[in-house]
Amino acid sequence: MSTSAPPPAEPTLEIDLRDPHVAALFAWLWPGAGHLYQRRYLKAVLFAVCILATYFFGLALGEGKVVYAAWNSADKRWQYPLQLGVGLPAAPALVQSLIVRRGGDPILGGLMRPPRPGELSQWHRDLNLRFELGTLYTMIAGLLNILAIWDAYGGPVIGEPGKERGPPDGDKSKDKDKDKPKTP
Amino acid sequence: MLFAAALLAKQIWYIVPLILSVSLVYGATRHELPRPILYHAWHTGVWMAIFMGGIFVVLWLVSWWL
Repeated sequence: MSTSAPPPAEPTLEIDLRDPHVAALFAWLWPGAGHLYQRRYLKAVLFAVCILATYFFGLALGEGKVVYAAWNSADKRWQYPLQLGVGLPAAPALVQSLIVRRGGDPILGGLMRPPRPGELSQWHRDLNLRFELGTLYTMIAGLLNILAIWDAYGGPVIGEPGKERGPPDGDKSKDKDKDKPKTP
Repeated sequence: MLFAAALLAKQIWYIVPLILSVSLVYGATRHELPRPILYHAWHTGVWMAIFMGGIFVVLWLVSWWL
């Protein structure tokens, strides 16, 4: 570990955020899509890979049962709004919830459907730790996408002057406007 | 011995992809270019590992005395 090494110098950048509202919407719908719209390809790939891998790994750990929408006296699934941060990949749970509430049969082989009465404890018994881990992974993926949405909307976060790690030689003039986003 | 067993427990390795993912995404929200992103991600990852490792050791010691 070398915490004292200076960070790599970053040249002054102007980032064209295009329409930040559209970018934020795209970023929410699909992780990385907002940055793709802004032609920030590296970050689009990075966000898509990291967030979607985390989300789908969690979903696989929980065998597709950890992402579901339910809000009733027996089960208040408060984790779902956080999972919904990942956008469309979590949206089938809303559809399943609507279908089940109207008395229909779940689609997609029951993927992301809410549990039937008494079934949740069975899921916990069957999946054991993987239910909790899957829930955790998918929640964190949703929360990470909120960071990505903010980055698509406003550009990279610029630290307070003096608090940003900078070159130790005091040459801050080069560093001052780094990552400065250019809004239209 | 118990400490090593706890460390090698399967469940603890689930934290590795999470640290990797969180630190990379966090680094990417602070910078635009690959090198600064990776630099920031490395520092965030190390910080998280040390922080959680510290909590792990404290909890392990507490469990030892209880």
